[in-house]
Amino acid sequence: MSGSSGQLKSRIDWISVGLYALFVLLGWMSIYSAIYNPESHLGLTDAAFYTSNAGKQLIWIGTSFVLIMFIYALDFRFFESFAVFIYGLFILLLIAVPFLGVTINGSHSWFKFGSATIQPAEFAKTATALLLAKYLNDPQVNLGRFKDQWRAALIIALPILLIVGSNETGSALVFVSFIILLYREGLPSAYPSILLGGIFLFVSALMLEPLTIFLILLFFVIILVVLMPIYLQRMWQTYVKLALGISVIMTLVMVVEWVVNHVLKEHQRNRIKVLLDPGFDPRGLGYQVTQSKIAIGSGGFWGKGYLGGTQTKFDFVPEQSTDFIFCTIGEEFGFFGVSVVVILFMVFLWRLMYLADLQRSRFARAYGFGVVGILFFHFLVNIGMTIGLMPIMGIPLPFLSYGGSSLWSFTVLLFIFLKLDSHRSDMLSR
Amino acid sequence: MFEGRRLILFLVFLTVAVVYLGKLFYLQLIDDTYEKAADNNAIRKIIQVPFRGEVYDRHGKLIVYNTPVYDVYITPRKAYVADTNRFCALFGITRGYFDTVTRQARSYSRVKPSVFLKHLSKEDFARIQDAMVDYPGFSITTTAFRTYQSIAFSNALGYVAEINPNSLKEQPDDYYRQGDYVGVSGIESYYEAVLRGQRGVKYRMVNSNGVEKGDYKNGKLDVYPVAGQNLYTSIDIRLQEYADSLMMNKVGSVVAIEPSTGEILTMVSAPSYNPSLLAGRNFSKYYQKLALDPLKPLINRPPSAYYRPGSTFKLVQALVGQQLGIISAGSVFGHAGAPVKCHVHTTAHNDLHNAIQWSCNPYFYHAFRKILYDGTTGDTYERSAQGLKRWSELVANFGFGRKLGVDVSNEKRGNLPTAEYYNKVYKGENTWKFSNIYSLSIGEGELVVSPLKMANFAAIIANRGWYIPPHLVKGVGPRRTLDPFYKNPVSVGVDAKYFPVVVQGMQDAVLHGTVGADGRIPDITMCGKTGTSQNQKGKDHSVFIAFAPKDNPKIAIAVFVENAGFGGFAAAPIASLIIEKYLKGRVDRKAVETKFMNMSYLANVVYNRPANRVKMDTLKK
Repeated sequence: MSGSSGQLKSRIDWISVGLYALFVLLGWMSIYSAIYNPESHLGLTDAAFYTSNAGKQLIWIGTSFVLIMFIYALDFRFFESFAVFIYGLFILLLIAVPFLGVTINGSHSWFKFGSATIQPAEFAKTATALLLAKYLNDPQVNLGRFKDQWRAALIIALPILLIVGSNETGSALVFVSFIILLYREGLPSAYPSILLGGIFLFVSALMLEPLTIFLILLFFVIILVVLMPIYLQRMWQTYVKLALGISVIMTLVMVVEWVVNHVLKEHQRNRIKVLLDPGFDPRGLGYQVTQSKIAIGSGGFWGKGYLGGTQTKFDFVPEQSTDFIFCTIGEEFGFFGVSVVVILFMVFLWRLMYLADLQRSRFARAYGFGVVGILFFHFLVNIGMTIGLMPIMGIPLPFLSYGGSSLWSFTVLLFIFLKLDSHRSDMLSR
Repeated sequence: MFEGRRLILFLVFLTVAVVYLGKLFYLQLIDDTYEKAADNNAIRKIIQVPFRGEVYDRHGKLIVYNTPVYDVYITPRKAYVADTNRFCALFGITRGYFDTVTRQARSYSRVKPSVFLKHLSKEDFARIQDAMVDYPGFSITTTAFRTYQSIAFSNALGYVAEINPNSLKEQPDDYYRQGDYVGVSGIESYYEAVLRGQRGVKYRMVNSNGVEKGDYKNGKLDVYPVAGQNLYTSIDIRLQEYADSLMMNKVGSVVAIEPSTGEILTMVSAPSYNPSLLAGRNFSKYYQKLALDPLKPLINRPPSAYYRPGSTFKLVQALVGQQLGIISAGSVFGHAGAPVKCHVHTTAHNDLHNAIQWSCNPYFYHAFRKILYDGTTGDTYERSAQGLKRWSELVANFGFGRKLGVDVSNEKRGNLPTAEYYNKVYKGENTWKFSNIYSLSIGEGELVVSPLKMANFAAIIANRGWYIPPHLVKGVGPRRTLDPFYKNPVSVGVDAKYFPVVVQGMQDAVLHGTVGADGRIPDITMCGKTGTSQNQKGKDHSVFIAFAPKDNPKIAIAVFVENAGFGGFAAAPIASLIIEKYLKGRVDRKAVETKFMNMSYLANVVYNRPANRVKMDTLKK
């Protein structure tokens, strides 16, 4: 059991909690800045304040605190014991959402309980991380083996399929981040390498003409052929391999072209076009990115000062408080501010990885890396899209973005790990 | 196992962080395109509409100027009214108006200003000015109304109104915005480009609260508004007013031109309207009323009304016939053999001079027949076509059947029948001959002219063979520039030696010919010609063209009075009064003046009013 409260307090990792609190505060300040209007100033005592984004976020923050208390009150073994049950519950919710859910902001993926709305996809990440960790906790499991890789992949694939089925491709992509968990737990390096190579090939296929790619490959091949006779004897075999390699890559390139032009939907294709060509349709499809870059770019080094932003007011940047909260920081606190946020995120991720590696139980460690992976993926995509390096997806910035579902899910995700961490000496190393 | 992988992962994270910080560094500190674009967002662009150019008469008297009025704008996001009732009382509006307009403004945009109240007078503005500080979100823009010193120059001047949606869509240079004012007719429309000036743009910095923080870049990028250029017209406003008063209770036109310059001294369209009615906030109310008036007070008749020239056209025949070498001053034609009758004289020696003096129809019938047939070959059809071609080419030189290029909008071409024209009317070549078209000889038939053309024709005779295109504006802007088109004389291709007989005929027509005693000025030699323009819809129109003095003429004039009958009755006395007024500065013939000012020629025409139609419908049943 958890022991006395004095012991518990000492075991809580206050660095992580402090960083969490800092992110939440910075997020709330930015949300408040976006609604701030000195001529119709809303105080904490105004009822209207609680219908504004900043007021609602304050309520989400308060309830998050309740959730944290609740998590700390639970037995630490609960998460491991109930991992299968929790996973099953969210799979059921994902199945039910197309039938029982409501549509919010064009996304039919929400449950409504009274006035509160919950997006099960947000919590499915946590459930999946728990089940993966539980699965890996079995000492028999070895991710070097194809059978176990296949099972782990199944755990991840099930929610992905359900989420893609309800048209939330962005949320589904988050599950790709579990590759970090699996990698740490022994997945052969070939997998992440293939993933990165695939992404690289995908991007080059979009940015370059197939002929260009072919010529580049040919160039390398010729260099190899010229150099090789010195080292290799079985030349003809090598040539066949090289030709085969080029054929495979070129086929993949063609497939990418075909997928982008025929399989992807119009809005997805456009998001990719916007990414590759920043000037593409600046008033229409490229509007969000352009306005976002304008807001960030106008910040300069020190920013315009808190509440002094102009671009992040007047609705110049759509989705200001949710997906584009980073703009507000960029405009009001400048390069200094965004550097602090990026560095803090790095410190946070490092701290979590450090804590995860301290865990004696594989369950807690694996879960910890699951948390790190999810947080990093959000960081990567969210900040990337505000500066035009990533396509626009509905991916919030953890802890900072406006929204109850998102804040709650990240809070639960993080504090389950911190709870496990506070009991690391109680757990048996296996 | 795999502890080292934490480091590999963190290196990946760091790489991303470094790439992102690099991109942020570039966006925020190096690339300034985004900073400039941000200026766009937070810099407020203020459009400054300059005053429209003023209009002066030929003696430098101000005719039209601008009076500033004030529009109140509301920006819903910033608008805050603590006590709505007091606010409504201050502006003199109802609570309902307040609610409706604020709702509309909010639905248009919360951050962009919408019109709240239009056209406040200077007095109203002074009253609310101090109170405005209590109401954030309300701003005031100054615009201006046209203000008129004289009510007698409405039609040729034209008016200014909000641009209509069609013109807004079809404008070539994308200058106007919704709600902008634009000259609609007359010289206001013709000289729109110089009168409107150039809009200015002012850039002000706006902070996040929408409060202006001063000029952007110290006003370096500002474009100052350029006031519209003044127009210096050739109108003699006192003569204009006098002519206008003579045309009271009449329908018609007066155009007076200074022959030596082509400058229009007076251009009256009757009935007219008070221009101030269309220059205020009641525009739509009065515009409706004026547009529906059956006497059409809004149109500018002189350049656009269609009339037959009647007997005044005989002067053209006399000149063209001589120039073609077919008739001469000594040519004599009898009354016999013509389907048209001579109403007046029975003189035995009917030469050209007498024919003009007495406006002899048969004379010009025979003359026109000769013009068509003499020196042509073939059957009568072919000869008619050849003759008419020869004739119409010369007549066109006088400006008939084409635009003279006067500087008011809506000038009409009129109609000068040519051989092609009749081929079309009679559906084929050689289907018509002189007997079909002889009414042209006395200015009837398919001939259509405007009062302006006839005044110009009077000027041509006054100049003995040339004219300068008539124009209302003799100078634009401080340097009084004028299009060379309005400076260069145009010859009509009729030798000066053919004019004296025509001029003498006109002089005698006034002294003891078709013009009555009311049309004679005792101490001025006026040369004139009466005309009666046939009218199928009602009583004939009275036409008179003249110039004076006979030598070195100072004024040429055309007067059209609709439904006034024979030209000598109404048009000639009115023309004589205007000439007297212009040349002497006063009118001694007070009895004539009073008589024609009070004369009414309005009630002779039945217009198609809806009430009449209803009656006819009931009769049919």
